[in-house]
Amino acid sequence: MRIDLEPRAGRSLALDIGAPAGALAFAILLGGIVVWLLGKSPAQAFMVYFVQPLMEGWSLQEVAVKACPLVLIAVGLSFCYRANVWNIGAEGQFVIGGLCGGWLGVVTHGGAGQGAIGGWWIVPAMLLLGALGGALYAMLPALLRVWLGVSEILTSLMLVYIAELGLDYLVRGALRDPKGFNFPQSVTFDDAARLPFLAEGERLHAGVALALLAVAAAAFVFARSRFGFEVRLVGEAPRAARFAGFSDARLTIAVFAISGALAGLAGICEVSGQIGQLVPTISPGYGFTAIIVAFLGRLSPFGILLAGLVLALTYIGGEAAQVALKLPNDMTRAFQGILLMCVLMADAAARYKIRLVSGSGA
Amino acid sequence: MDVLNGQTSIPLLSMRGIVKRFGAFTANDHIDLDARSGEAHALIGENGAGKSTLVKMIYGLLQPTEGTIAVAGEEVRLASPREARARGIGMVFQHFSLFDNLTVAENIALVLPPREGMAGLRARIAAVSERYGMPLEPDREVWSLSAGERQRIEIARCLLADPRLIILDEPTSVLTPQESLRLFETLDRLKGEGRALLYISHKLEEVRRLCESATILRLGKKVGGCDPRAESPRSLAALMVGAQIAEIRAPGERAPGPERIVVENVSILSGEIHGVGLDHVSLSARGGEVVGIAGIAGNGQAEFFEILSGERLAGGDAFIRIDGVPCGALDITRRRLAGAAFVPEERNGHAAAPEFSLSENLVLSRHATAGIVRRGLIDYDRARQLAQAVIAAFDVRKAGPDPAARTLSGGNLQKFVIGREILSQPGVLVVNQPTWGVDAAACAAIRQALVDLAARGAAVLLISQDLDELFEICDRIAVMRQGRLSAPLAVRGTTREEIGLLMAGAAPGETPSHAH
Repeated sequence: MRIDLEPRAGRSLALDIGAPAGALAFAILLGGIVVWLLGKSPAQAFMVYFVQPLMEGWSLQEVAVKACPLVLIAVGLSFCYRANVWNIGAEGQFVIGGLCGGWLGVVTHGGAGQGAIGGWWIVPAMLLLGALGGALYAMLPALLRVWLGVSEILTSLMLVYIAELGLDYLVRGALRDPKGFNFPQSVTFDDAARLPFLAEGERLHAGVALALLAVAAAAFVFARSRFGFEVRLVGEAPRAARFAGFSDARLTIAVFAISGALAGLAGICEVSGQIGQLVPTISPGYGFTAIIVAFLGRLSPFGILLAGLVLALTYIGGEAAQVALKLPNDMTRAFQGILLMCVLMADAAARYKIRLVSGSGA
Repeated sequence: MDVLNGQTSIPLLSMRGIVKRFGAFTANDHIDLDARSGEAHALIGENGAGKSTLVKMIYGLLQPTEGTIAVAGEEVRLASPREARARGIGMVFQHFSLFDNLTVAENIALVLPPREGMAGLRARIAAVSERYGMPLEPDREVWSLSAGERQRIEIARCLLADPRLIILDEPTSVLTPQESLRLFETLDRLKGEGRALLYISHKLEEVRRLCESATILRLGKKVGGCDPRAESPRSLAALMVGAQIAEIRAPGERAPGPERIVVENVSILSGEIHGVGLDHVSLSARGGEVVGIAGIAGNGQAEFFEILSGERLAGGDAFIRIDGVPCGALDITRRRLAGAAFVPEERNGHAAAPEFSLSENLVLSRHATAGIVRRGLIDYDRARQLAQAVIAAFDVRKAGPDPAARTLSGGNLQKFVIGREILSQPGVLVVNQPTWGVDAAACAAIRQALVDLAARGAAVLLISQDLDELFEICDRIAVMRQGRLSAPLAVRGTTREEIGLLMAGAAPGETPSHAH
């Protein structure tokens, strides 16, 4: 007995939409079993996770705010993954982006550098520094791969821990608030160093608009530009891409730069828009969750927007479930892992027919 | 080994009403076939006619959707190759499955039951090799052997199981003309012992030489049977294709133009163990000329193509000039800008991206030369127009206005790929195996297009394994063997035999030790 995977003749729209939707439904079912094994009511958990956050205005905004970093990062990752470049380290690029941009927030604390020209330049400069920091940090795995053939999967993943510990070190050391009673955190940023809110008194900050902008820009690049054509071609048929005259090395560096920059931008948006200071941990794993978002969205920008909202829901619902059902926070991460497995399986099922063959064959 | 019974009235293999469907696609549609002991039966048809599907059912690799298979009058169900072998059916595949780093004897031992010792096996290999005139050295490692020698291992493996019916799938596709003749002698002896042969080929001369009967398939249906000895190659071809094939209009006398591509002193090391590098290869072609590069696959042609296209750069003292532009250090895009165009061997995944539409595939090779990219943005309307021009000029048959490349048949996709390059009006065109796996009509159209391009003043370099093709359209032919390129010979002053000897590694005028 063996299992054969036969490529399907064509890709249909029904399968393209049905596969991720089916994967989500199946993951919810499996998640329900886990909840049931924990001795809680799966139906109640479903309500808390997936229905209640959608019922109120404030929690809807909260979903959008959580989706913002996920979408920004996942749009960047879609460039890498479409080109068969495996950047697993968006979490690290997120942290470095937050750190670089956040540094400016720390040094301009208390009106420093805002005298003659005012503070209008601080937020744009922070965003720029964040994107730049993320992109440069992503150059480490990119250049190692291009020059020495080192697997970018390992290097980008390992660099996450270096980034996290680096932030931790600085927040306890050089960037610590001198008047903060030795708590490991920086000064809180001036208002001039905070991302503006989209509307007065609401929770939606300008990062949400940036995420939407990134989705639209990525869709345009994939559909119309030669660069988007290159990325799609390299992923689809690498030999044909070489025949087309596109350089592997240049493309690897470019997609790492884009995804690093977007992850860094997400990092500084989180620090400047949500947290308002540097703390030892600025991400609940957005960089890893965004990998799920990218695949659930089938690496297409608008798909990623939808998938980002779904995964954001699991964060919001997870917090609510801790309170309402006393479910552990690990449940959220377990569910995200289950979801990724289901998405990958559904992808395989959408691309191949699975056949059981009896006998040993030739 | 037993001497088998002579001819009997019951066919050794009898297939009735065989149907094989893959989803909505019918690969074999009610096919009857008989193979008799002591005879060679030819299965002929173009690529995609359903030959391979049919023999896979005989060898137990596939099961028919409908119909019956009988061996020696007894109806059987062949669920696996093991069951087919137990019924006395053996198969020699077109692509060898041998381990390069093992010896001949070890490769054979791998497929036999483990009870036999190596000493006994060596004796049996020696016996088979002597009986059928197939020299085999049991202790040679496979990587050091030629394609013909490797094929002998496959045949010996098959014969050690003492089959009554032997299926041979395009066995001469990797052989030189001389090696093919030796193979036919072996096959004649097998027939003489009363074994049945089922011989798959689209080389009609061979079929006429070897086979007593034939089944002709076209588009999955049996369109006739015949005695090939009573037919001419043209009449067989007409049966196979269902129409008369246009003959190539000879280019006529052309005054050779200026040298358009010059290659000097290209040497590269192979990246792979047992792979082939290139050894001081030099060649030039003038405008108006088709220069052929003959040789058995795997002798450095793929590497040479990559060097010519710039997908791989030759270092050292190598020198490449395209229309006066030194190109040795330029990438493929810059070589295209210098006026060259390239058609690689593999259509799907190299010349074209299967999931991309035809207009996107046009962008693939012409983005730098066709004025369709402005400020980094692709003008897809213009790309579609250019793709339509290719489709119209080369009669590319397809479903829908701009379908994915993968939905086209091999011949139609190849016409698109070649048309895409020819309509860019190149001064130099390098093509690798342009008609491999292409139906006869498309094949004739492609060869005609290459001849016409040369007639308009371009230089065409044609890398091909197909001697018929080379002799049909080339002005000069050079032979590539183990990474070395012979001096080109004028087609009018040479013969297939002479080229065949060069392919086998003998200098012209010298007889290789094993040729007859």
